[in-house]
Amino acid sequence: MFDPKIIKKDFPILSRKMNGRQLVYLDNAATTQKPNVVIDGLANLYRESNANIHRGVYALAEEATRLYEEARDKVARFIGSGTRHNVIFTRNTTESINLVAHAWACKFLKEGDEILLTDMEHHANVVPWYLLAKGKGIRLKSVSLKDKSVLDMADFQKKLTPQVKLVAVTAMSNVLGTINPIENIVKMAHQNKSLVLVDGAQSVPHSPTNVEKTDCDFFAFSGHKMLGPTGVGVLWVKPSVLDTMDPFLGGGEMINKVSLEEITWADLPLKFEAGTSNYIDVAAFSYAIDYLTQLGMEAIREHEKKLVTYAIKKLSELPDITIYGPKEANKQGGAVSFNHKAVHAHDVGTILGDQGVAIRVGHHCSQILMKALGVSSTARASFYIYNTEEDVDSLVQALNKVNNVFGLLKKA
Amino acid sequence: MDSQKLEGGAYGGVEELYREVILDHFKSPKNKGRLSPSNAEGEGLNPLCGDQIHITAFIENEKLKDLRFDGHGCAISQAAASMMTDAIKGKSLDEVGALSVSFKKIFGIEEKNNMASRFKLEDLGDAVALEGVKKYPVRIKCALLSWNTLLELIENFKKRSEVKYDTSQ
Repeated sequence: MFDPKIIKKDFPILSRKMNGRQLVYLDNAATTQKPNVVIDGLANLYRESNANIHRGVYALAEEATRLYEEARDKVARFIGSGTRHNVIFTRNTTESINLVAHAWACKFLKEGDEILLTDMEHHANVVPWYLLAKGKGIRLKSVSLKDKSVLDMADFQKKLTPQVKLVAVTAMSNVLGTINPIENIVKMAHQNKSLVLVDGAQSVPHSPTNVEKTDCDFFAFSGHKMLGPTGVGVLWVKPSVLDTMDPFLGGGEMINKVSLEEITWADLPLKFEAGTSNYIDVAAFSYAIDYLTQLGMEAIREHEKKLVTYAIKKLSELPDITIYGPKEANKQGGAVSFNHKAVHAHDVGTILGDQGVAIRVGHHCSQILMKALGVSSTARASFYIYNTEEDVDSLVQALNKVNNVFGLLKKA
Repeated sequence: MDSQKLEGGAYGGVEELYREVILDHFKSPKNKGRLSPSNAEGEGLNPLCGDQIHITAFIENEKLKDLRFDGHGCAISQAAASMMTDAIKGKSLDEVGALSVSFKKIFGIEEKNNMASRFKLEDLGDAVALEGVKKYPVRIKCALLSWNTLLELIENFKKRSEVKYDTSQ
């Protein structure tokens, strides 16, 4: 186990103030802060190792290429992929999912086919499918929730019809923190001859990942939600599926031979990485992976379990607060969503921000889930390796101020 | 440095944002509900926070005779709607346009309107209390939602009236 108070010291931003108060950063599901090894590492890469990759024949270009490709190896190991040619770098989870929509779904899905989503998907795992389906006669369906907190697996079984060619599901809800039974979902989907895309944007930063054990077909996540720089996304594709896919974006680096009559594609994975890639950020992302690996993903999960348990206990003691989701650390990751009974989440967010506490408020890019919960928005506190029980106490203290500002405080 | 600006700036500003008059309008809104009969209606949505405003109005002889608002959302958006209905009820459509320009000016949004100079800030009534929102740029949208919804409603009403006029000829 690690000590979050010591870890905090590796993150310079966490010692700053916001609105005159010590910053308490509880918006980690949106993006995480960066440790010195990533910040300085990124700057050093530009200082010492910058040259366009896969092109130059001089030593510096080879060094930059090696750093980029080593990062790919690290990512592959980190997510349990025995192969590296099927680890594709993108800009973010959203782009990874769009890649699948264009390069796989657009090629193989036909009129009458169906894509099965769930009511807890982020818009990144809804909109690309909507765009694809629209006008093509492809139908989108969605698995309902049980108890407004977990997937209704009976409904999943019911909606998993022969027409379903793809199941696109999040491994961990960005709003409720709900951990979905991905291995079970993949098993059922494969029996139905449906492929499975897993949105791992929330799960990879917070728990151990093994794409091969999961046996899914596509797996997408982002680096900036796990200490890495913005602008790095990953798409892992099962090799047998990747072999069938056409390119996504066209341009330099992804080709072999080009003439106006015929173009042949570069070998994998470069076939899917058109143009100058974001190689510096990717290399810096590998420092984030080193940092997390050193702490251990199991230990990170345990740390967040403890924090979530503490947060749920503390928030439950506040009579004006309604908590959403499983409310059980075993079933959810490091996020807790809640609402004040009389004060809108946006007002809550503003008042908390004024006291230095950064949380996310709104629909969290999950309007379908908001509808299922019967609310227009929620407040969400989301944790990471540097958060402490004291941070949760600060959250609770700031929430007490909400009643104060809104004149709801019971006079003693 | 930005960080210095944030550190020195708004702390303690939150009471300035949620002034008593705003909370009063939020807790006991004026002109809430649906107007019947009405001859114009409009709906506004703030997708960022899910604020929603629905306005029903009765317009006659270029005048906003009466209106009601309905909706849900944050205290700022709902109080702003209540304050707006108070300030504009009975005004001519041109006057409403001019008042909206005065209101937006509070937040540094400049729009041209020949009649705007006719109004002073006081003419906005309680709505002036929303100036505290200035310090919270992401929340300005909440304050403007009802005004923009009303302006669109008037615009649509005018277009409809023109069409009616044309076909009757």
